[in-house]
Amino acid sequence: MNCKIGKQMKATVMAAQLLVFVILISACSRNNEVGVIVAGSTSVQPYAEVLAEEYMILNPGTEIDIQGGGSSAGITAATNGTSDIGMSSRELKDKEKSLNSIEIAKDGLVVIVNPKNPIQDLTLDQVRDIYSASITEWNKLGGTDSKIHVITREEGSGTRSAFEELLMGESEITPKAIVQDSNGSVRLLVADDPNSIGFISMGIVDETVKALSLEGVTATRESILDGSYTLSRPFLFVTLNEPTGQTKHFIDFVLSDEGQKLLSHEGLVPSMNK
Amino acid sequence: MKNIDEKKYEILFLIIALSSLTALALITGFIFYKGLPIIAKVGLFDFIFGMKWAPGKGEFGIFPMIVGSVSVTLGAAIIGVPIAICCSIFLAEFAPVTMRNIFRPAIQLLAGIPSVVYGFWGVLFIVPFIRNYLGGPGLSILAGSIILAIMILPTIISITEVSLLALPRHYKEGALALGLNQWQTIYALLLPAAKSGIVSGIILGIGRAIGETMAVIMVLGNSVAIPESILDPVRTLTTNIGIEMGYASGEHQQALFATGIVLFVIIMILNASAQYITRKR
Repeated sequence: MNCKIGKQMKATVMAAQLLVFVILISACSRNNEVGVIVAGSTSVQPYAEVLAEEYMILNPGTEIDIQGGGSSAGITAATNGTSDIGMSSRELKDKEKSLNSIEIAKDGLVVIVNPKNPIQDLTLDQVRDIYSASITEWNKLGGTDSKIHVITREEGSGTRSAFEELLMGESEITPKAIVQDSNGSVRLLVADDPNSIGFISMGIVDETVKALSLEGVTATRESILDGSYTLSRPFLFVTLNEPTGQTKHFIDFVLSDEGQKLLSHEGLVPSMNK
Repeated sequence: MKNIDEKKYEILFLIIALSSLTALALITGFIFYKGLPIIAKVGLFDFIFGMKWAPGKGEFGIFPMIVGSVSVTLGAAIIGVPIAICCSIFLAEFAPVTMRNIFRPAIQLLAGIPSVVYGFWGVLFIVPFIRNYLGGPGLSILAGSIILAIMILPTIISITEVSLLALPRHYKEGALALGLNQWQTIYALLLPAAKSGIVSGIILGIGRAIGETMAVIMVLGNSVAIPESILDPVRTLTTNIGIEMGYASGEHQQALFATGIVLFVIIMILNASAQYITRKR
C-alpha cells in the first residue's frame, strides 16, 4: 500500500517537473518572438490598436503589442525600456524632453452637452467659469432654469490635464464636479442627463451628444489644423533613442499615407496632412 | 515508515496553509511599504482631515472620501438592515418549507451576482429614476446606498437566520406555553437572544459595503467634495483607488496606497469587533 502511494507520488512529482519545464521552454521561446511593445495613454490606445492590426496584416509574422496604462506610465516605460514605444496624449514635460517624440496625429477636445440643451456656443471664458463653478446655472448662459451638472475626468488622465492646460489656466476644476474614468462614460452620462456638460476626444463624439462650438468655431479638421480651434492636443509616440529595426518600421507605417489615412478615418487629425 | 509518511503530509499541508497567510502578510506589508512614506510626508492628521485632493498639485486630503464612505455605508445600513432582519425572521420563523426552499437559494444567488452588474443596473435604472423624480444629477449617495443595501442583504440575512435557528428549541416552546403569541415571542425573546449573531452579521455587511468598489464607482459620481444632501455625488475611499490607479505614478500612487491603509484599518476594526461580539456570547 505504502509502496503504491510512493509510486503515485513519484509520478505526480515527475509530471509537475515536466509541466514546469514545458512552461519555462514556452516562456523563453515566446520572449524571443515578441515584436514591438507599445504602451501608454488610453486615449491613444484604441487608435494604436487599429494601426497595429493593419500593420500585422500587411506584415505577416510581425507582432505589435499595445498596452494601456496612461501617458505618464507610457513615457516612463519608454524611458526605462519596458516598452519600445510610449504613447502620450500630452506634450512632454521639461524633464522628459530628452526623449525622442513623434507626433502621429492631433486630437480635438470637444465640449459636449445633451442634445436637448438649447445652447450651441460658449466662449472659452464661459466654459472656464462653468468648470470653476463661478457659473452654476444654465439660465446665466441663456439656457433653462436648472443647475449645471459638471462632468470631468479623473486626476492623472491625459484628457483632463490637456483640458486644464489648454483652457483652465490658473483656475481649478471644481471639486464638486462629477468624475468619470473614461471618455465613453462621460459621453454616456451627458447623453443621459439634459443638464450636464462634459469634455471628450473629438474622435468619440457621436449623435447621442451635442458638440458645442467655442468662440464661434466648430471643431473640425480644418479649424484644428489652422489653429483657430484652440482645444487640441498632440498624440505622441515616444522612444528612448532614435527608433531602429521593427520599431522604426512600425512608426514609418504610422506616418505613411496609409497609416495617416487610417487615423483620419477614425476621427483624428493627421499630422502628416499634405 | 508510516509515521514518516504521516509527518510528510502534515508538513505539506502546513506549507500550503501557510501560503494563504503569506499572501495576507505580503499584501499588508506591500500596502504599508508603499503608502506610509506619503503619510509621513503629508502628516497623518493632514492626510486624514485634509479637505483638498489634488495629487497633481501635491495636495492629499482624504476627508471628503471618508465622509463619502461613511455616508454611503450608513445609507446602505439604514435601507438594508431592516429588510434583511425582517426577511430572516420570516425565513426562520414563518416561512413554510417550500417557500424557504425557494427563498434561500434565491438570496444566495443575490450574493453571486458580480458587482459590476449591480453597478450597470444602477446606472441604467436607479440613477435616471433619482434624476427624474428627485432631482440632482442622479449619481448620488442615495443611488450608492440603494445598490449597496441590496448587495449586503445576503450577508446579513444568512447570518441572522443561522443565529435565529441556532437558539435552543425550548426557548420558543416555553414562551408559547406561557401564552405569548408568535410575534411577542420573536420580538421579546428570540431577537434579544440572537442579538450578538445579528449584530455581527450587520457589522460584516457594513464591512462588505465599505469595501465595495466597482458598483459604486459607476453610481456615486466620484466628486471629491463634502456632500450637502443625499442627492449629491460623493467619492468613497475604495472608488478613489479604483478610479485613479490607472494613471497614477509617483506620489500620487503612494497616496492611493495610503488610502488603502486607511481602508484596511477601518475594515480590520469592523471585522475585529464582529468577532469580539460573536465570541462574547
